[in-house]
Amino acid sequence: MSKARVATLWLDGCSGCHMSILDMDERLLELAGKIDVVFGPYVDQKEFPENVDVALVEGAVSSDEDLEKIRKVRARSRLLVSLGDCAVTANIPSMRNPFKVQDVLDRAYVENTTLNPGAPKECVPTLLAKARPIHEYVNVDVYVPGCPPSADTIYLVLTDILEGRCPDLSKTTRFGA
Amino acid sequence: MSQAVRVITLNMDGRDISARGDQTILQVARENNMYIPTLCHITGLSRVGSCRLCLVEIKGINKLLPACVTRVEEGMEVTLSSERLNKYRRSILELLFSERNHVCAVCVSNGHCELQNLSQTLNMTHVHFDYRYPRLPVDGSHERFVLDHNRCILCTRCVRVCDEIEGAHTWDMLGRGVNAQVITDLNQPWGDSETCTSCGKCINVCPTGALVEKGKSVREMTKKRQFLPYLTLMRERRW
Repeated sequence: MSKARVATLWLDGCSGCHMSILDMDERLLELAGKIDVVFGPYVDQKEFPENVDVALVEGAVSSDEDLEKIRKVRARSRLLVSLGDCAVTANIPSMRNPFKVQDVLDRAYVENTTLNPGAPKECVPTLLAKARPIHEYVNVDVYVPGCPPSADTIYLVLTDILEGRCPDLSKTTRFGA
Repeated sequence: MSQAVRVITLNMDGRDISARGDQTILQVARENNMYIPTLCHITGLSRVGSCRLCLVEIKGINKLLPACVTRVEEGMEVTLSSERLNKYRRSILELLFSERNHVCAVCVSNGHCELQNLSQTLNMTHVHFDYRYPRLPVDGSHERFVLDHNRCILCTRCVRVCDEIEGAHTWDMLGRGVNAQVITDLNQPWGDSETCTSCGKCINVCPTGALVEKGKSVREMTKKRQFLPYLTLMRERRW
C-alpha cells in the first residue's frame, strides 16, 4: 500500500497545534510508516504540491496570503482538516475583529513603540478586515476543536482518517480544551 | 403537595412514567434520569423558557415546546431526543457562540462553562453562521467582581437570583434583540451601584464567564451553586 500524502499548514495561529502533532512522540514513528509529510513547517518544500490526501490546517484566515494559501490547499487536497480552535472558530486571532485593522496596527506599531514607529508596509501580507475561521472561505471535511487539540486527539484523527473512518471527537476534545 | 394534585401517566422517549400533574416535563425527566439540555434554567429560580435548548416534541402538537415551562399531562407522548431536536439545539448553541465573542481558550471559565460543556455534549463541532464580532465593554468597576458582556448569553439568571433570592434587584435588562444587555441599576457602572450588596450570587449562577470574580485567570473561575438549593429549602422551612 502506498503511503498517504499528508500536508500541514500554519496560518494565523501560535503553532501550538503543530507542537501538539510533535507531542505524539513515539507514535510519530508508527505514523511515518503510513504517511509521507509532503508540505508544512516540518519539511523544506516551498510550493504546496498536487494530490495531497490529508491537509491539517492550523490557524485562522487573517491576511490576503492566508486566503490565497487556503484556497490552493483546498483545491489540491482530498480531505481538509480544520485543526484547532483558531482554524475552527478564529479564536484568539479573532479578538482583533471588533477593531479596525488600522487601529490594531497603530496599537502595535505606533502607540507602543519608541523607535521607528509605523507598521511595515512592504514584503508582509495585508491583513483582512477580520480574522475568520477556515470554513467561512472553503469547505472543511473534519473539525478538530481544541487549543491546542491534544496529541491523543490528533493521533485519533489521523488514524481514523487513514483507515477510512470519520473521527468521533465528542468525548475527546472541545473548544478551549 | 396540594390536595388537588393528581398523579398522571405519560410516555417519555418510549418509557411509561408516573408524575404529579403540577410538574414540568423537565422536572419529570430529571427525576427519571432522562437528559434534557438547559441553559437559562437553574433549580431554585423562576423559569423563563428563554434559551429554548430544552425544546421537546409532543405528539399531537405541531410546534416544539420548552420542557422547563410545559406541564405534564395525562397520556402525553414526549420525545426528548431526536435528530430534529439535536439539530435545533446545536443551531441555538451556534447562534449563541456567533452572537458575541466567546473565546474559550482565554476565558476564566474555560473548563467550567455550561455553554462550552453543552457544545461538547451536543456534538457542536463548529459554527455554521458568520460570527458577528461585536465590540462590547467589560465592566470592572466593582471592587470584587467583573462583568464581561462578550461572554454573556442573556440567560437572565443574574437578574432572577438578584431579585428573587437576594431581594436587591440590582440587575435588569436593557434593549431588545441583538442589542439586549444586562445592566446594573439604571445602566450605571456596577461599582457605583447603590443597590448591589456584593453578595456574589449572580457570579455563582452565571453559566459562562460573563460574571466572574476579579483576579481570576484562565480556567480558574469555578462557580459555587450550593447556596441556591440550601436557601430555597431554608426559606420554605423544609429543613
